[in-house]
Amino acid sequence: MLKDQDRIFTNLYGLHEWGLKGARSRGDWDGIKEILARGRDAIIDEVKASGLRGRGGAGFPTGLKWSFMPKESDGRPHYLLVNADEGEPGTCKDRDIIRHDPHKLIEGCLISGFAMGAETAYIYIRGEFHNEANRLEAAIDEAREAGLIGKDSCGSGWPFEIHVHRGAGAYICGEETALIESLEGKKGQPRLKPPFPAASGLYGCPSTVNNVESIAVVPEIIRRGASWFAGLGRENNTGTKLFCISGHVNKPCNVEEEMSIPLKELIERHAGGVRGGWDNLLAIIPGGSSVACLPNSICNDILMDFDSLKDAQSGLGTAAVIVMDKSTDIVRAITRLAQFYKHESCGQCTPCREGTGWMWRVMERLCDGAASIEEIDMLDEVTRQVEGHTICALGDAAAWPIQGLIRHFRPELERRILDRRVSGPAVAAE
Amino acid sequence: MPKLTIDGTEVEIEAGASVLQACEAIGIEIPRFCYHERLSVAGNCRMCLVEMERSPKPVASCAMPVADGMVIRTDTETVRRARQGVMEFLLINHPLDCPICDQGGECDLQDQAMAYGSDSSRYQENKRAVKDKHMGPLIKTIMTRCIHCTRCVRFATEIAGVQDLGLLGRGESAEISTYLEKTLASELSGNVIDLCPVGALTSKPYAFHARPWELTKTESIDVMDAVGSNIRVDCRGNEVMRVLPRLNEDVNEEWISDKTRYACDGLRRQRLDRPYLRGADGKLAEAGWDDAFAAIAGRLKGVDGSKIAAIAGNQCDAESMFALKALMTALGSPNLDCRQDGAAFDAGGARSGWLFNSGFAGIEEADALLIVGANPRHEAAVVNARIRKRWLRGDFSVGLIGPQAELTYAYDYLGAGPQTLADIADGKHPFAETLAKAERPMLIIGVAALARSDGAAVLATARKIAEDSGMVGDDWNGFNVLHTAAARVGGLDLGFVPGQGGRDVAGILDGAGKGEIEVVYLLAADEIDMGQFGNAFVIYQGHHGDAGAHRADVILPGAAYTEKSGTWVNSEGRVQRGLRAAFPPGDAKEDWTILRALSAALDKTLPFDSLAALRAQMQDAHKSFATLDERVLESWGAFAASGGKPGDGPFAPAIGNFYMTCPISRASATMAECAASFGGSREATGTDG
Repeated sequence: MLKDQDRIFTNLYGLHEWGLKGARSRGDWDGIKEILARGRDAIIDEVKASGLRGRGGAGFPTGLKWSFMPKESDGRPHYLLVNADEGEPGTCKDRDIIRHDPHKLIEGCLISGFAMGAETAYIYIRGEFHNEANRLEAAIDEAREAGLIGKDSCGSGWPFEIHVHRGAGAYICGEETALIESLEGKKGQPRLKPPFPAASGLYGCPSTVNNVESIAVVPEIIRRGASWFAGLGRENNTGTKLFCISGHVNKPCNVEEEMSIPLKELIERHAGGVRGGWDNLLAIIPGGSSVACLPNSICNDILMDFDSLKDAQSGLGTAAVIVMDKSTDIVRAITRLAQFYKHESCGQCTPCREGTGWMWRVMERLCDGAASIEEIDMLDEVTRQVEGHTICALGDAAAWPIQGLIRHFRPELERRILDRRVSGPAVAAE
Repeated sequence: MPKLTIDGTEVEIEAGASVLQACEAIGIEIPRFCYHERLSVAGNCRMCLVEMERSPKPVASCAMPVADGMVIRTDTETVRRARQGVMEFLLINHPLDCPICDQGGECDLQDQAMAYGSDSSRYQENKRAVKDKHMGPLIKTIMTRCIHCTRCVRFATEIAGVQDLGLLGRGESAEISTYLEKTLASELSGNVIDLCPVGALTSKPYAFHARPWELTKTESIDVMDAVGSNIRVDCRGNEVMRVLPRLNEDVNEEWISDKTRYACDGLRRQRLDRPYLRGADGKLAEAGWDDAFAAIAGRLKGVDGSKIAAIAGNQCDAESMFALKALMTALGSPNLDCRQDGAAFDAGGARSGWLFNSGFAGIEEADALLIVGANPRHEAAVVNARIRKRWLRGDFSVGLIGPQAELTYAYDYLGAGPQTLADIADGKHPFAETLAKAERPMLIIGVAALARSDGAAVLATARKIAEDSGMVGDDWNGFNVLHTAAARVGGLDLGFVPGQGGRDVAGILDGAGKGEIEVVYLLAADEIDMGQFGNAFVIYQGHHGDAGAHRADVILPGAAYTEKSGTWVNSEGRVQRGLRAAFPPGDAKEDWTILRALSAALDKTLPFDSLAALRAQMQDAHKSFATLDERVLESWGAFAASGGKPGDGPFAPAIGNFYMTCPISRASATMAECAASFGGSREATGTDG
């Protein structure tokens, strides 16, 4: 269990003041001038050494990503883009960071922006986060007035400005290149890669898109040192992580924990356990709606980190733990997710545009067992025709939950089909 | 140059090329729907996926730039399955209406389904239906067939320069649409039909008329403007069913204007299919060829050559003009002209004085452009697209003198008439500096600027600007004349202009009114004021019952451009040959044969009995006709030496109604419909949006 002194988000629950004064009392904005004086490369090396992996879902090493930015500007400005379009079902960590600890994010923007040579940061915030955006803007104003950012940020001589941009409600705009398109005022459709944003991103300029949490943990990493962060969790899965536990637990919560904590311990200790006891557990989606669910047999001893969950053919994703007890209609639950992805597909590329609707419709039938046994395999094949063939990862995200369902709950699917054959449709034909 | 390995074969290809292009370079075909050479890369159809070493997922080959040491595989099971999967996705919501689809037989989806699809569908759900969109009188939409490749959107925004098309909605509800239920307001709109890989966008006038496999395809040259677009004429039997573009990088790339594509239904209406004679009652009556020739011979008897005149029309082939000139020379007449609008070209001067010297492709090398009295969008829509293409690359300043126009690129409006031109020539105007600073400056002067009383002075001023701002060099000549008449350059090259002491068009009309000209021979010339011919005996040889035929005393039915093998010279001076796709209707004949037969009836038999002989003589007499298809860089000789002072009236537009500029387009129902729905000038009205 994470010790209190290792906690980064000390105001995660909003028990203390969110403003600059409160933030300073928690140690934020301390020694920034000295940190920046260490230079770009030193900061990037520190983040690399910390082993920080992106907190938005894909888990790409953050320091490595920053190092893709050009060392010298060729005349084009560099941009830091913060992805606060937190739309992944089950996830609400960035929201709490922004509303309770916005200065962590602003401070992180300054340090990481400096490290990649960006004098401007855009925070793309989910449109529904109305109050959060207001608070973030207020916090930015505070920081600007205090001289922490602006023409001479913290007296370091580095000019830095942060703009907040509100999204309009499309899930796909959380995809990094769709986010860039949206920021430019275009329709949120992912771009082809290459070119990667670090070469040509916002307005064709070198840009890096990072998740809120990835940026917000940077100041503490720099202040306390990479080895402290790397000492938490296990190799290649270091540091602390915000987990969002929801569903059939006694106390749903957001909690900061050490990476690689066993899933069972996480739920029992922080969320008051599964409703009706651990044995009442049916399945858990460990990383937000985009990853495959895990049956209780796997949940017993799985570790919550990138590699361990990947080995279990799932993923850490955003670490949004969705718990389902035995009262859950798991097929209906996954069908709802399939409907979500069908609704949120941007429609640009073929497999996702056509595949998400197909998968959802078959799932709808599977809920009632109105299908043939062979269609389970067909559905699995369709998910594999979508997976990896699309421009962005939304296709994968739509495919994985269904693959997980078929992998772990095939008997349930078959049972429904056979039941319907025996007893006919639950409701008489209208 | 990067070296990569594709299916075990090493390929070296220039940097910046895509993997797809590299595959094509070694003859490996990659299926695709959204990729098109001339459009930006969308990478959305996912049909072109290939495997790349060290990449966990297959990559879209159209969007992946080549890199040194890349290892690509196109023949693996993964690739095969990916293609089959994409194909299946494209087909699940595609209607099974191929038997009634006009794209049938030339459908990319159909063809690729044969190669990459599976035998039957596993899709049990309801298919999607999409409401059809209204895209005007030319484009028929059946949007349920759409596969969302966005080629049409990219064409409209990138090439045509109109923001009317887009992808609305998202996911499976995404639809290609004109945003505001507007028609696609571009002179190039028909090209989206060729681009559409499925039957979502098809030709409305051609709908359900024919199938591709029953058409005879003949290569020809367009005469609707002076671009000389390379076209393919598709006929069923003797009827022209449609006109499609042919690829010519230097001329029209692979686009044609809507007029080129759709005026062909005008070939079926208002045709002159037999000779006519005006009787004593003043009415035209049908006649035989012999009667017609006899009437002409009778009228010409004893008439002095100086009282005979000939005017060639805007779409004539060079062969018929050559034959007519020979006949007129035999008759002793110096009164010839091919400039119906009276444009003041210095016909005795250097050829570069009436050519688009840089070539259309040269536009892409220019870095500053002065447009004088021209609206390229209406006068040469395909050339306009080329200017836009250059403009999109940036660092290209465009100035316009003449009527304000809605072009598809930004321009500085410099002034309305010759005074501004004179200011630039005198270096008093800031744009003179822009031109002088440019490395490859260019000037495009339209015929409207020259078809006026001070035309010669305007030409001389333009020449001065060209010389002063360094437009004329050893390998670059930025002095460009943009013609509107397909026959004009050919006519000037042939010297179809007044001989010693001869009269030009204005002189002929004047003479006819005064009785000094007794016989006028109109070779498909319809763009002159027929009321001015007074009592002159008018012989009209042409293909449509247009203005000329109404005034004529004798009508000799000729062939339209699709019905003869002819030579046309485009604005650039490029000599191109079109082949005969159909036969002239009824008793009508190919034009040079009419002139040859008439010459015999007049006892002035012309010295050629075959088209080949005629062409040989034409090439001997006029060297520029010896080079086919290639553009020759003309030397900058003397022309427009006697200029005079330009006046100050503003330049007028050369074309009033884009859709109706010639007898064929005026006879076309489709063009009439376009004119009605777009308005001739396509300018916004008070009720527009």
